[in-house]
Amino acid sequence: MPWVTRGLADGVVTTRYPARPDGYGSGFRAAVVVNGTLPAGRSDAVVGLCPTDAIRVAREVPVVDPDRCVLCGRCVEALPEVFSFSPALETAHRSRPLEANSDGPLASTRTALATRTRALRRSIYVRHVDAGSDGSEEWEVAALTGPIYDVQRLGVYFTASPRHADLLLVTGAGSVAMAEPLRRTYDAMPAPKVVVAVGTDAATGGPLRASYAGTVGVTELIPVDVVVPGSPPSPFSILHGILLAVGLLDPASTSARVRP
Amino acid sequence: MSDVATHALSRDEFASTVTARVAQGGRLAHLYALAHAGGFALHAIVVGPEGPLDLATLLSGPPYVVAALTPQVPAADWYERYLHDLYGLEARGHPDLDPLVLPRSNATGPPRPPHPATLHPIPPDTTPLPALVRGEGIFTIPYGPVRSGVFESVEYVIETTGEDIPRVQTRIHYKHRALEAAFDGRSAPDGLVLAEHVEGVASMAHAVAYAGALEALAEVEPPPVAQATRLVHAELERVVNHLDSTLRHTEAAGQAVAHARLAVTKERVQRLRAALCGSRFSRGVVVLGGVSAVPPVDDETFRELARLEIACRDDLRRLLDTPSFLDRLRGTGVLPESVVRAHGALGPLARGSGVDDDARVMRPYGPYREIAVVPSVQRGADALARQVVRTEELLHSFSLVRTGLEVVQSASSDALVTPLPPKLSGHSLGWAEAPQGEVLYVVEADEGHLRAVRPRSASFVNLALFTAAFPRDITTDFAFIEASFGLSVAGAAL
Repeated sequence: MPWVTRGLADGVVTTRYPARPDGYGSGFRAAVVVNGTLPAGRSDAVVGLCPTDAIRVAREVPVVDPDRCVLCGRCVEALPEVFSFSPALETAHRSRPLEANSDGPLASTRTALATRTRALRRSIYVRHVDAGSDGSEEWEVAALTGPIYDVQRLGVYFTASPRHADLLLVTGAGSVAMAEPLRRTYDAMPAPKVVVAVGTDAATGGPLRASYAGTVGVTELIPVDVVVPGSPPSPFSILHGILLAVGLLDPASTSARVRP
Repeated sequence: MSDVATHALSRDEFASTVTARVAQGGRLAHLYALAHAGGFALHAIVVGPEGPLDLATLLSGPPYVVAALTPQVPAADWYERYLHDLYGLEARGHPDLDPLVLPRSNATGPPRPPHPATLHPIPPDTTPLPALVRGEGIFTIPYGPVRSGVFESVEYVIETTGEDIPRVQTRIHYKHRALEAAFDGRSAPDGLVLAEHVEGVASMAHAVAYAGALEALAEVEPPPVAQATRLVHAELERVVNHLDSTLRHTEAAGQAVAHARLAVTKERVQRLRAALCGSRFSRGVVVLGGVSAVPPVDDETFRELARLEIACRDDLRRLLDTPSFLDRLRGTGVLPESVVRAHGALGPLARGSGVDDDARVMRPYGPYREIAVVPSVQRGADALARQVVRTEELLHSFSLVRTGLEVVQSASSDALVTPLPPKLSGHSLGWAEAPQGEVLYVVEADEGHLRAVRPRSASFVNLALFTAAFPRDITTDFAFIEASFGLSVAGAAL
């Protein structure tokens, strides 16, 4: 079969997300959730359990910080009655603290960008920079331009030049050697601009700790607006982060709907 | 995997023994340093027909001075630069001790062995590299670290007259994450989580190699179901990595339909992996001594596997029959067998140049001791030969996955883990054949905690050869040569 007919053979494979929910969400683990309190008298049960110190305990109730969790599952295995994996496609959230955003609060940045992109029929140009990733986040970001996620259908385009970019996707643990190239890329982007940190590594360094190479996340290198936790986050979560950042999704809504 | 005995040598004996072993056909597989009272021990692992040999010499100092191995053993090049950066090891006679994983100017001093300065970031240095090739019309193109497209950060300093590329310098320090330091003092299970993040696209191979080192130390074998589960995930990882390399070839060659179709297949393989373990990158599958869970296998699993195999076979065969694709790969990025052997190159890169080394076959570990793997070897030595090797391996991997799934489905015992003793101590070695080539882990444990871990990925070894692939090629071949190497910068920069 020649390539041209081969290309038509499978019909449309593209997801309908975000206009409609996608059924793939139950296919993998996207977060660890807490289902109860620690067993009585065992408030020390989580001490040393989490390799990335993502679990904090307040009065026998554990709390999992998604920005630190690398989904290794050690807590789920040790205390299945307390912790469990939750599947989800929409895991992105606003960066904390909001004051860290040099352009003012996230909402105003988002409104400003949304106003401008509306004039551009809502098309958004995205520049990606790797600041010390383990290599897997790049695969998930690159998948967005493939036939299944096809973000071009939503007016989201990847661009080579930061001067054309509205949104900066940053992956990686924030290696100190990438601080300057990352800052130059950010500075070259026109305002208003938003930054999405992709992955637990970008949020907090993930399994890495402070060292001579930096690596405690990119939030100290650049003002981050939206964080997409996950190790790595799925393409759906990354897309959710992009749409959230540019105001195409209502941040208060939990359902996957494009704001009218 | 083995608990390798270390041969302690004097400084002169060390250099002469390593050189002699390599001259006899051995391959320098690792060169690393372990902190020691008053200095550090320099270790070399040479892999010969009888298996790996660990040679060591004690260095007290500073200054730490040894005779460079690189002039006689080209494979030592990047290791000696790495050790110069991190430990201040001065390899006398090394042709170019330019910093590899640290900035060019480092006033802080070498950060290893660990000392308080290890915690302070070393300031970056953004001054350009000096050009080394001189002549009329020669200029330098700095390509990276931020490149057009979604790539890992790396800088190629291309010295060119416009078309010919006499020299490429590869700067990987942008992604250096201090990984060997990150393992220091962690518990053995925490080390496994780190190993999965050394080279994220080959998490499974890194986890198997790391766990293998500790399992060898404890002299335990994972149960058969665990071995089969590891086989399934390791081979699916190979399929998807080889697809990724092919995808980048098709993108560079403008094969839009092939690119789109293979991208769909790649995504479906990732989804199959997630369906079998919950993670699209097989994270959390391996635990020390076994696996965390048995993959949920039913008839639909086998049907999806068969559909993916057919999709890969049809598209890849068609691709290897498409002249406008083949023309770009044939004769591109030639790496003669002698060069590949001298540099100890690994994986599909070496097998495309006639070197039949595959750890699954030559040094079988875990599941591969029971299951025969047919290695793919080509003699073309160009990007096309590497593509053919990857295509054959990928199709073979499907049958290995099926074998693994059948074992899992018919397993009579449900034991998933052979427990390791909690307070392990000792020095050990583990390996696995990642899609990029052999991954090697040196693990030194003390009472259940990690005293030292020295991961070495195939990407570190093979990326050092990148500059050697260019003498006959021009700038438009660059994307093909990079794709045909199929490496992850994360695994090289450590």
